[in-house]
Amino acid sequence: MMRGPASDLPIVLSAIDVRVGARSILNDVSVTLTPGLPTAILGPNGAGKSTLIRVAMGLLKPSSGAVSWGGRGDAPPDRRAVVFQRPVMLRRTVAGNLAFALAAAGRPRAGRKAAIERLLARVSLSALGDRAARFLSGGEQQRLALARALARDPDVLFLDEPTNNLDPAATKAVEAIVADAATSGIKVVMATHDLGQARRLCGDVVFLAGGALVETGAAEDFFRAPRSEKAAAFLRGDIVE
Amino acid sequence: MSGFHAALDLVLQGNPSLYAIVRLSLLVSLSAILIAALVGLPVGAWLALARFRGRSALIVALNACMGLPPVVVGLSVFLLLSRSGPLGSWGILFTAKAMVIAQAILVTPIIAALARQTIEDLWLEYRAEFEAMGVGLLRRVVALLWDARVSLLTTLLAGFGRAAAEVGAVMIVGGNIEGYTRTMTTAIALETSKGDLPLAMGLGLILIVIVIAINGAAWGLRQLGEQRGGR
Repeated sequence: MMRGPASDLPIVLSAIDVRVGARSILNDVSVTLTPGLPTAILGPNGAGKSTLIRVAMGLLKPSSGAVSWGGRGDAPPDRRAVVFQRPVMLRRTVAGNLAFALAAAGRPRAGRKAAIERLLARVSLSALGDRAARFLSGGEQQRLALARALARDPDVLFLDEPTNNLDPAATKAVEAIVADAATSGIKVVMATHDLGQARRLCGDVVFLAGGALVETGAAEDFFRAPRSEKAAAFLRGDIVE
Repeated sequence: MSGFHAALDLVLQGNPSLYAIVRLSLLVSLSAILIAALVGLPVGAWLALARFRGRSALIVALNACMGLPPVVVGLSVFLLLSRSGPLGSWGILFTAKAMVIAQAILVTPIIAALARQTIEDLWLEYRAEFEAMGVGLLRRVVALLWDARVSLLTTLLAGFGRAAAEVGAVMIVGGNIEGYTRTMTTAIALETSKGDLPLAMGLGLILIVIVIAINGAAWGLRQLGEQRGGR
C-alpha cells in the first residue's frame, strides 16, 4: 500500500467553536487524538459528537479555533476516512462501490481488482461482490461502508454510531472489523452511545455534553471513576443535558 | 372500420413512400434527441451542482421552456433560417437539418430541466460521502450521470416522445415536402385534411407502435439497471 512519510496523527483540535446561526453546537472544545487504541466519543444525543467528527475529519470548518493533522493545518483528507451514521450506498454493485472509493482515493487502476478482493474478504462480503449495494441488509451495508472507508488506506478512521440499529450478530461483525482495523495500526475514533461497545473496543474516552468537552481520559478510569458529575450521571443512565 | 383495415393493409404491405416517411421521422427525432442529450445533460448536471447568483431564475426559466409551443419554436427557427434571416446563408430552410434544429431546441430544455432535478436529488444524497471521499468535480459529474442513468434514460424518452409527436415545428421549418421533409405527424395532418384517412390512420398506428416499443425497451433497461445497481 502507498504510504507517504507523514502521518495525519496526532490530530489536534484547539478551542473549537461551531455555531449555526445563534445556536452553539460545539463550544471551546480542545481534544488531541493520538495513535493507539480506539477513542470513544461519548455523550447524550445532541452533545455534538457527529459535529466533532466532521470537524476532525476536515469536512466542517469550525466557526473559530484550529485543527491540525500531524502538525499541518491544511492536510488534505487523503489519509482520513469516515463512516457516517447513515452511510449512502452508491447505485452500483458492492464491488462497484469499492472500485469507486479506490478510484476516488487515486489508486491506480491496475491494482484495484485485487484490492477489491482483499477489502471484500476483510469485511466478509466476498460472496456478495456482484450484488446491488442498495439491496444489502443494514449490517451488510455497514460492512460495505467500512470497506469503502478502508479502501482509502487511512491513518485515521472516524465512525459515527457504527452499529446503530444493527442486531447483535451484525454488531459483533462490525466490531470485529473495527478491532481488526485498530490492530492493523489505524487510529479509530468512534462516536457511540453503546457504553458496552466503548468498553470493549476503546482505550480512551472523550465525553461531551451540550456541545462542551466535559471529560477526557483512559477508558478504564472513565468507566470506573468518572471525575465529573455529568459523566457519572451519564454512566448511571440518568438524562444528561 | 374499413378505413382501419385499409390502414392496416398499407402498413403490412410495406408501402415504400410510407416507410420513407417513417424513416425520416425517426431520423429527425433521434438526431434531435442526440443533440439535446449532448447539450442538455451536461447543462442539467452543471445547474444541479453549481451555485451562483441568478441560478434560481435560470432554473425557473428552464422549467418554463419545457412548455415551449412547437409552432413558436418553428417560427423562430424559420425566421433565423429564412433567406433574409441571420442564418439564411446556410440555405437549410425546408430541409431535414432545419427540422432537427427545431426539434433539438424544443427538447433540450426538457432534458436539461429534468436532468437537473434528477441529478440534484442524487447529489443531495451523495454529497456527504463524496466530500468525505474527496471526489473531484469531474468524477462527481460522471458518477452522478452514471448513477442516475436509469432516470436519465426515462428523461431522454420523454424528450423523444415530445419530438416524435410534435407537428408545429417540423411543419413550419420543413414545409412538409413529399419525399423530402414529410414526417409522420405532418403527413397525418395533411392526409387528414385531404380526406385520405387510411394513410393518416396507418401512420398514426405506426407512430403509436414506435412510441410503445421504445418505452417498452426503456422499461426493460430500467428493470435491468435496478437489478444491477439498486433503486
